[in-house]
Amino acid sequence: MGPSGTGKTTLLQLITRQLNPDRGQVLVDGVDIAPLSQSELYALRRRFGVLFQNGALLTDLSVFENVAFPIREHTRLPDKLIRHIVLTKLHAVGLRGAADLMPAQLSGGMARRVALARAIAMDPDILIYDEPFVGLDPISMGVIVKLVGEINEALGITSIVVSHDVHDVATVADYSYVIADRTVAAAGTPEELRESSSELVRQFMNGLPDGPVHFHYDAPDYDEQLLGEASR
Amino acid sequence: MWLFFLRLLQHTPGVLFKRFNLVAYQIYNAGALSIVIIMVSGLFVGAVLGLQAYSNLERFNAEDTTGIFAGFALIKEIGPVITALLFAGRAGTALASEIGLMKATDQLSAMEMMAVNPVRYVAVPRFLGGVISVPLLTAAFTMIGLLGAHLVAVEWMGVDVGAYWQQLQSVLDPEDVREGIIKSVVFGLVASLVAVWEGYNSIPTAEGVGRATTRTVVITAIAVLFFDFMITAFFL
Repeated sequence: MGPSGTGKTTLLQLITRQLNPDRGQVLVDGVDIAPLSQSELYALRRRFGVLFQNGALLTDLSVFENVAFPIREHTRLPDKLIRHIVLTKLHAVGLRGAADLMPAQLSGGMARRVALARAIAMDPDILIYDEPFVGLDPISMGVIVKLVGEINEALGITSIVVSHDVHDVATVADYSYVIADRTVAAAGTPEELRESSSELVRQFMNGLPDGPVHFHYDAPDYDEQLLGEASR
Repeated sequence: MWLFFLRLLQHTPGVLFKRFNLVAYQIYNAGALSIVIIMVSGLFVGAVLGLQAYSNLERFNAEDTTGIFAGFALIKEIGPVITALLFAGRAGTALASEIGLMKATDQLSAMEMMAVNPVRYVAVPRFLGGVISVPLLTAAFTMIGLLGAHLVAVEWMGVDVGAYWQQLQSVLDPEDVREGIIKSVVFGLVASLVAVWEGYNSIPTAEGVGRATTRTVVITAIAVLFFDFMITAFFL
């Protein structure tokens, strides 16, 4: 968790090596990922499922083919078995009936659920969600929150959820980190964070407009700027 | 761009032999869907060449050689060049904007995260589709162009049909046809590479994708005309 612009998405991109760190190490399951070759990196990424903010479905493939895509690319399973797997995954997110639709026909919430089905298609060890709750209506959001928790339990995997939505993270997370000012500002269970003494964490958890994170973006002195421009 | 070109070539055999269905779809998408504009343009360009050739050659009582003039122009120059320019406008822009939008909507990153190489899955099939399509389109353009010139010169202006084709046949060398073929292959490579490169490296915003499509047409046009000059000079 953390305010916008603190580098949450960047952190995810570092974990999956979409970005390379300028310094320091990224360890995934104890392995430093910086020196991996492309094939080793791809082998590692097969253990990840990633849910992008906007779903990132392949727009020229149907819902069914989107979910089937990683399976077709990485296995040589017969079509009948692929069909079974895909329908199972779509059923898990409640969209078995939408298998023949194209991504353009889906609502935002549905697209994200399809993307979730695709992310779990290869039975990953680690599921990564980038802002899964952003921009959804309350019902869709409730569905996604429920799915995040259920899938984590059912598959027995590790889920990493990046979000700035304090309440929804609190309902699904076992453990949270608050990131601010390029460091981990606080860590703990949601209850521990709520009782944190740090001013910044309190500002964030309670959604206060001003505090350690300033309401105003850095700017020259207000009076000076206005008066200075007037006298020019 | 050279590095990107090498990466495309590196994945070409794999895609060509294992994923030809992707290439076939792109040949349809970039090539087959361009055939109407190519044919219609070819007919009119040929007809104009026939008219110009006839009206000028007539002054020297040499209208029987209209076929030579129109044929040479079409096979060696006009066919390959105009086909490549039309391809850049019709298919190159579509490729660049398609790839650019895939990038802007995180589809390329999503493939990366599914351990699918987007160069292999997205860029190479589109590149190969263009490389295969352009020479075929050039052949279609040139043939229709010859027919257009024939219609004007023979059917309309009354040039003897035997003279029209026989003159062309006796003067045209295999060398001349080879020049046209080589040009069409080079232009196909250039047009496809530029389109795929511009899309792949576009800035993932509305403005960036727009700029990528513009650059595709501009760079392809300049590169094609430049290589046209180079190849022509080489064959002299």
